[in-house]
Amino acid sequence: MLKIKNLSARVEEKEILRGLNLEVGKGEVHAIMGPNGSGKSTLASVLSGRDTFEVTDGSVTYNGEDLLDLSPEERARKGIFLAFQYPVEIPGVTNANFLKTALNEIRKSKGLAPLDAKDFLILMREKMKLVEMDKSMTQRSVNEGFSGGEKKRNEVFQMAMLEPTLSILDETDSGLDIDALRIVANGVNALRSPERSFVVITHYQRLLDYIVPDFVHVLYKGRIVKSGTKELAFELEEKGYDWIKEEVDAAKV
Amino acid sequence: MNTTIGTMPEYLTRYFENNNLIGPASLKQIRKDALARFEVLGIPTTKHEEWKYTNLAPLTRSEFHPALYHTLSKDVVVNDLIAGKEVILLVFENGRLNKELSSFDNLPKGITVGELGDNFDHPAVVKNLAKHASFENEAMVALNTAHIFDGAFIHVAENVHCEKPIHLLYISGGEENTLAFPRNLMVAEKNSSAKVIESFHSRGNESSFINIVTEVVLEENANVEWSKIQLENSNTFHISHTECTQAANSNFDIHTITFGGKIVRNNLHIVLDGKNITSNLNGLYVSNGDSLVDNHTLVDHAMPNCLSNELYKGVLDGKSKGVFNGKIFVRKDAQKTNAYQSNKNILMSDEASMNAKPQLEIFADDVKCSHGATTGQLDKEALFYLRSRGIGEEAARAFLTIAFADDVLNRISNETLRDELKNRINERLNKSN
Ligand SMILES: Nc1ncnc2c1ncn2[C@@H]1O[C@H](COP(=O)(O)OP(=O)(O)OP(=O)(O)O)[C@@H](O)[C@H]1O
Ligand SMILES: [Mg+2]
Repeated sequence: MLKIKNLSARVEEKEILRGLNLEVGKGEVHAIMGPNGSGKSTLASVLSGRDTFEVTDGSVTYNGEDLLDLSPEERARKGIFLAFQYPVEIPGVTNANFLKTALNEIRKSKGLAPLDAKDFLILMREKMKLVEMDKSMTQRSVNEGFSGGEKKRNEVFQMAMLEPTLSILDETDSGLDIDALRIVANGVNALRSPERSFVVITHYQRLLDYIVPDFVHVLYKGRIVKSGTKELAFELEEKGYDWIKEEVDAAKV
Repeated sequence: MNTTIGTMPEYLTRYFENNNLIGPASLKQIRKDALARFEVLGIPTTKHEEWKYTNLAPLTRSEFHPALYHTLSKDVVVNDLIAGKEVILLVFENGRLNKELSSFDNLPKGITVGELGDNFDHPAVVKNLAKHASFENEAMVALNTAHIFDGAFIHVAENVHCEKPIHLLYISGGEENTLAFPRNLMVAEKNSSAKVIESFHSRGNESSFINIVTEVVLEENANVEWSKIQLENSNTFHISHTECTQAANSNFDIHTITFGGKIVRNNLHIVLDGKNITSNLNGLYVSNGDSLVDNHTLVDHAMPNCLSNELYKGVLDGKSKGVFNGKIFVRKDAQKTNAYQSNKNILMSDEASMNAKPQLEIFADDVKCSHGATTGQLDKEALFYLRSRGIGEEAARAFLTIAFADDVLNRISNETLRDELKNRINERLNKSN
């Protein structure tokens, strides 16, 4: 589904991704871990089309198509979804209105008729239940005045509504209490299918108890430096990153 | 004071003598004095501090004249009933009341709405007309005062609540280069309330010049909501001055919404002349092309324990220019004043520009005042967020712009008017996409 080859990206003069390789197959869940500032969010941003980052080398294909040529909205319409590490507040735009527009834009690109108000409401109720979100949230402005945890839950709610084929979750578990963590994981698991893939960026092995990954990768200094199965996450939890950093930095010299 | 004399086109005062035949002697004297003052002040030039960014030179280059005949039909006006049909309606065609198209008969007891010229002997007119908007330092107020005749008079008696909105509908055009000097006076007596909509329209693309002055007087505990809606074409010069005097415990809400015009200058002065007064000043200007919208506001806190809250927002596209000059005076006696002011602008193009200048002059020590002015582009992060959910770039821009503007429009209590304005802004922003 997703093939990232030798991807390098920078912001201004700063190299952040330096020859990153990653393949995500259909139906797979990949976890990405790694120290602060290693480039995880940058990868997520590049995949969703944020233009602050300049791709200097490498390629990304999504279902065989060159992803880097597409605008953010085209990527979204083709099924890519990014749950933001820091969701943006948009005063004056209600959650419901925003989601309805987004959903119908995506439907339009697929040649589907827009959902009418009633069907939209039914769908929204169903998904709200899934992430145990309060009804009042949908009439509030997007993320405005939401608590940290509410913002994250709202990201998962949007994901559930838009039913993407490739979801990238950037630290969606940070700032969540134990119950919210379980709810968010339920939201993800409900979407899991042989057709849908996930890239889950996290600092905590704990999340992976709920969302069990097929692969775990370590991103360090803009590269995937180690890959394994979910056992790798336990090892990282226990030992930290120093041993990996040492391995990598030693190999370089 | 600054008396930079500009060139004075002869057409501006050509109609003075004719106009001054009508009315009581005292009014004739006021007109004369105003004319004399205007001749001293002249049309302001950009050398004048208060007119730095607003160049009225185009007014001196072509000739404008009053329109003589009514040619407007009912079906044209229907489109401009932006507050719905259930209103007390005065239609002014090129500044002059068109009685046939208006409906202000059979008003409830205690409510007077009509032509100013028909009410010169009304005690409230005698007492208030030209007593609030000083022309001493305001050339364009002087020019208007020299021509007082056309315009609306609204009077709401003590304890009376006017349920129906009062709509003053100004429409110009039908011929080129029309000139109008409307003068409005509203007096809301003790414990009364009313909502007034003052809207301005063009028939086609004809050029016009309107120099309007409105005086609003709120007696104790009166409550008035005033919506000034400018929807004229891009060949309109609109120079307006609104002067509101508030007595104790009164509440005044004013919305100044500008969606059209070539050169628009709105002076808004509010004098808070009593305790426990509330004044809410809201403004929204959406401009494009090479238009200029200049809002000059002055909130004068003369007495203690009052609140003023001012929010002006602008969306500037094309080569348009915006000016916001917001003065707040807090005088020595005005302790416990709360005065807030905010001006926020979005520049939609590289060639649009904005000049914002807040001016606070505070002479009392126990006050809460704040002001802020920002000018920038649409929030890039928010744009990316919307696009990352599948919403196209242009639609995302419109989304954010409308949300920005709705913040002001949502303060208008009349639902019909609010929805109509939202529709118009929607149409306009989506059309330019
Ligand atoms: N717009 C930017 N301008 C300058 N530097 C940036 C910008 N965006 C990211 N960086 C830098 O790039 C590096 C990688 O940032 P990124 O956000 O991808 O890290 P991360 O792995 O997600 O970290 P964390 O675990 O703390 O979220 C950091 O050093 C960061 O400061
Ligand atoms: Mg990050």
